[in-house]
Amino acid sequence: MSPAGSTPAPSVAADAAGEDTLVALQVPARAGSLKLVRAVLGPAAAELGFDQGAADDLVLAVDEACQNVVRHAFAGVEPGTLTVRIARAGDMATVRLIDDAPTVDPATIRPRPLEDLRPGGLGTRLMGELLDEIVYETPPAGAGNVLKLSKRIG
Amino acid sequence: MARRLDIQSETRDAVAVVAPSGDVDLEVSQQLRKELLDCIERTGDVIVDMAGVGYIDSSGIAALIEAFQTARKRSRRFALAQVPERAYRVLKIARLDRVFPLQDSVDTGFGSAA
Repeated sequence: MSPAGSTPAPSVAADAAGEDTLVALQVPARAGSLKLVRAVLGPAAAELGFDQGAADDLVLAVDEACQNVVRHAFAGVEPGTLTVRIARAGDMATVRLIDDAPTVDPATIRPRPLEDLRPGGLGTRLMGELLDEIVYETPPAGAGNVLKLSKRIG
Repeated sequence: MARRLDIQSETRDAVAVVAPSGDVDLEVSQQLRKELLDCIERTGDVIVDMAGVGYIDSSGIAALIEAFQTARKRSRRFALAQVPERAYRVLKIARLDRVFPLQDSVDTGFGSAA
């Protein structure tokens, strides 16, 4: 991850193949950043062509994914930075969460069954319901985890 | 400085009416959880007036689940009132819309259950 005060590393800000980045936001990876992420993401989703309901859904799904980063990826280590990059890829919106936490094994992240009424696990379940695709990408040098969330526009 | 959730709590007809206002997210959901558990401890029956909740995420929902289960264990009544559309959608997606008792108004008689 780039030193404090400099621009984000190219790997974070650059378009992925076939994608046009609309906005990238880098915040400290803590709970207090989520409100700001939502405030940026809502209008960005509208800009990409989502109606209000679908934009709200995308905001919730991304918020849940950011929570996982804040609560789990940085568990036991100093909170670092989280970059949220929103792009259009054809008829899909893609939101990448890029952190500098220790790399997480995606196999350890599972939703709980619906009938299991306990706090926790719910966020992962909501993400599954609200998104079309959730993919862990190979993190570039300097990044810990890259999670790509996709939702069809329209 | 961490954001604080605005929560108005009052006792009406021996029921704690708890009205959080704003975004109930990871930053403030523990505050709501604590208030609800305190109200169950102090007063017993609880109605959460959700009218002012513009946004709620899974951590906020988890706070409601824990309070609901605590109330039930103690044979106390617990209901959500005036749930806005967006919060209701989150409950519905989580398939919790039929788990929580829901009320259209802050009815301290808990509907017909009084």
